[in-house]
Amino acid sequence: MSAIELIEADPVVVARRHEIVIALTERVGPGCIISDEDGRRAFDTDAFTAYRRMPLAVVLPTTTKEVSDVLAYCYEHGVRVIPRGAGTSLCGGALPAEDAIVIGVSKMNQVLDINFDNRTARVQTGITNLGISNAVAGDRYFYAPDPSSQLACTLAGNLGMNSGGAHCLKYGVTSNNVLGMKIVLMTGEVIDIGGDELDAPGYDFLGMIIGAEGQFGIATEATVRILKMAEGARPVLLGFDSAEQAGACVSAIIAAGIIPVAIEYMDRPAIKVCEAYAKAGYPLDVEAMLIVEVEGAEQEIEHLLKRITDIVDTFNPKVVRTSQSDEESAAIWKGRKAAFGAVGQIADYLCMDGTIPLSTLPRVLAGISSICKSYGFQVANIFHAGDGNLHPLILYNANEPGELERAEACGADILKLCVEVGGCLTGEHGVGIEKRDLMTVQFSAVDLAQQMRLKDVFDPSWLLNPGKVFPLDLSQAA
Amino acid sequence: MSQFTKPTDENDVSDLIRKVGEVNASLEIVGGGTQRQIGRPTQNAVIMSTEMLRGVTLYEPTELVISALAGTPLATIETELGKQNQQLAFEPVKLGNIFNGGARASGDAQAPQPTVGSVFATNSSGPRRVYAGAARDHLLGIRAVNGRGEIFKSGGRVMKNVTGYDLCKVMAGSWGTLSALTEVTMKVLPKPEETGTLVICGLTDEMANEVLCAAMSTPFEVSGCVHMQKGMATRLDHHSLGGVDSALAVVMGDSITALRVENISSSVAYRMSQLRRRFGAFGDILELDNTSSLTFWNKLQNLEFLQVGDGAVWRISTAPKSGHRVVRMISEFMPCHATYDWSGGLIWLELPEAANDGGAAEIRRVVATVGGHATLIRATPAVRGAVDVFQPLEKGLMRLSRDIKSTYDPHGVLNPGRMYADF
Ligand SMILES: Cc1cc2nc3c(=O)[nH]c(=O)nc-3n(C[C@H](O)[C@H](O)[C@H](O)COP(=O)(O)OP(=O)(O)OC[C@H]3O[C@@H](n4cnc5c(N)ncnc54)[C@H](O)[C@@H]3O)c2cc1C
Repeated sequence: MSAIELIEADPVVVARRHEIVIALTERVGPGCIISDEDGRRAFDTDAFTAYRRMPLAVVLPTTTKEVSDVLAYCYEHGVRVIPRGAGTSLCGGALPAEDAIVIGVSKMNQVLDINFDNRTARVQTGITNLGISNAVAGDRYFYAPDPSSQLACTLAGNLGMNSGGAHCLKYGVTSNNVLGMKIVLMTGEVIDIGGDELDAPGYDFLGMIIGAEGQFGIATEATVRILKMAEGARPVLLGFDSAEQAGACVSAIIAAGIIPVAIEYMDRPAIKVCEAYAKAGYPLDVEAMLIVEVEGAEQEIEHLLKRITDIVDTFNPKVVRTSQSDEESAAIWKGRKAAFGAVGQIADYLCMDGTIPLSTLPRVLAGISSICKSYGFQVANIFHAGDGNLHPLILYNANEPGELERAEACGADILKLCVEVGGCLTGEHGVGIEKRDLMTVQFSAVDLAQQMRLKDVFDPSWLLNPGKVFPLDLSQAA
Repeated sequence: MSQFTKPTDENDVSDLIRKVGEVNASLEIVGGGTQRQIGRPTQNAVIMSTEMLRGVTLYEPTELVISALAGTPLATIETELGKQNQQLAFEPVKLGNIFNGGARASGDAQAPQPTVGSVFATNSSGPRRVYAGAARDHLLGIRAVNGRGEIFKSGGRVMKNVTGYDLCKVMAGSWGTLSALTEVTMKVLPKPEETGTLVICGLTDEMANEVLCAAMSTPFEVSGCVHMQKGMATRLDHHSLGGVDSALAVVMGDSITALRVENISSSVAYRMSQLRRRFGAFGDILELDNTSSLTFWNKLQNLEFLQVGDGAVWRISTAPKSGHRVVRMISEFMPCHATYDWSGGLIWLELPEAANDGGAAEIRRVVATVGGHATLIRATPAVRGAVDVFQPLEKGLMRLSRDIKSTYDPHGVLNPGRMYADF
């Protein structure tokens, strides 16, 4: 029995499964619907794998019209809907329910238009994050937000979660890089917002919908900004004896007016695991490591790195190693981007995602360490240091009864600490079911009511992605 | 006559909004009052000034964050940030400047100043938007009072935050119709060490549009990308442009196309040389040094290429590459002067001989053909009362907008009718 309560299925809807499947098949054709048990099982969870629910059926539409028809049917018949991209959510954001259908956009993965003059690409949202960059890489453009899951995760999921990545210190997160969207409301109504222009008229609908965790509508197309690649990029690896030194060094770099493209932090346990996995040449005898990356032409890079290493030198670094080749740079990033996977090979883990003010880093790391110790867990910390987004990975054993619940309690204590020091529960992964019940730690009842009113506007019957984001007692009363 | 009141804290704001709602009256939120002439003209029983809600409440330069009460003058924020060599990267344009009685018209240092709350309520972003994002992209957290008189917060003081719905964005560009902002928290960035500007003189709009788009497609992080038709370029006070005064005098009377790069000094030198290589052959070239560049872009931020007065001014947003087409089509119907910002995607348009509708019918028709949207930034109250000042939305979005307004402000207390006639 796990700690997070899941919504109860409506037996009346469940009993109508057969009839619902037939109706949906009429709308999308048999090739786009999965109703057998084995097929559905592949969709019964996301990357928050401790929680599973078999959906009534899975629909994989190929057009916006099909999405609209399916939603219109579900609206009319009171069937809940779970929007899904690739299912890599770490917070149970795409977790199904037994009385719900999953609508996955993975078959809608085409690039519709690329406009280099306007620096935009219009794509179907089922395209993978990396797929967008790959489509324009030949002309040396890229799509900036780069979640570590970018090989698998879809733009749809990125829009749902307002995802970030290691390079968003400079380039911003999803919402800063999207100019237009086609979205289907629960009623089946199709709404177009924005386009190639740099702002959309009226209230900021893009800003509202991006990050609403699939609770406002299903995004089927989007216009994203693409940017010209820098002439080159190079990371430098820095090793320190303490978190204090590493944190102070980051502050000093920023205070000097330098905003690198990325500043990534790993603590000793994280370094060890990632090095074993990626053989990136990470230093194993330091308490904290930073990957600082800068961009530009060759001489610009050298100039900037010199400035940075001059600052770094005043903080007693144990290691300062500038990448000497593209291969080395790739290896350095491979280790970082594979961090979750690498940790996953040695243990089960829960990945936290709080954000903290940078100045509180030493205090928070000490707090995390003592919290984890009190629960008897090991922890590895990975941190987007430039913007304060912290990923403590709590290592536990899922086969040990009760460990998951304790790991969750441990994680909750860590997130409460993040809020206490002025930060927040989640920087990029989203609330989902995982942090749902902690929302009251960060928000007052009035704050939450104001958010829920927006949900009422977009989906008055609360059929879209139910049981997420808000504590159940609140959302079920709505 | 409206009653004028200045609440001193957010509880005061809450009480006031509640009271106004109880008697079914309405209220206009005013910051510095510099932009009161934008939007549909409205009549409200109460005018609520945020001027007592003043002061920086948090500033952590190394965390790139500043918070201030909503009535804090933008100038105060800019001064505070300047002390740490930082800035608001989205470079808010000072819309109030183009009105009679505005700071520029009166030349009066005591003239009303825009407040930081208004910057976000109007989502006003300047030339650097093409590179660094808009005002809404830098709004990290808010405290606000909705039309029910409830005090709520959203976001926070950290740079990455996806906890719950993003109600900050809802406020950006809502023109005081959804809630009264009482405090805002912003992302700030370092000022660049050096700024350089490449000016190309005498390009046609079409050529210039091509250059602007090509410049944004270089890897040189062009952070300002404008083209001014000659009628507007001559309005910049060239004498204050420092060292290039005489050079500019030579080209006075020409259009100006300007590309800005900002970075550490050595990079600026390198990038300027690269831009010169690529675009130098298009026309006569000027290079503005750091000081002249800062002056030049400051003039753009202050909209000094627009004439002070009450003639019709439009702000048109379109796909960057379509900018010149929009202007050409409009100019077939009526004389106009245009400056293109955002690589061609933002057009500031003056219509010296606009018809009684401020040119709305033609402009909206052109925008509907080419794509984008248009806002009537300046016109007489009679015109603004008669036409849609803000772009009318497609049916579904209009309905959602109305629903959002009615859930934030069920009694229609806050600036009703400012954006759309019936809510
Ligand atoms: C190894 C690993 C590394 C990761 N690294 C990062 C990282 O660096 N940064 C980061 O931000 N995240 C990261 N994540 C989390 C995850 O990849 C992101 O949240 C991602 O955006 C999810 O995309 P997805 O396609 O898998 O979406 P899903 O998991 O399928 O769905 C995510 C959310 O979006 C909603 N949604 C899906 N499709 C639509 C649609 N069409 N319209 C509206 N809503 C929709 C879903 O309902 C759900 O709430 C990581 C995950 C893993 C497993």
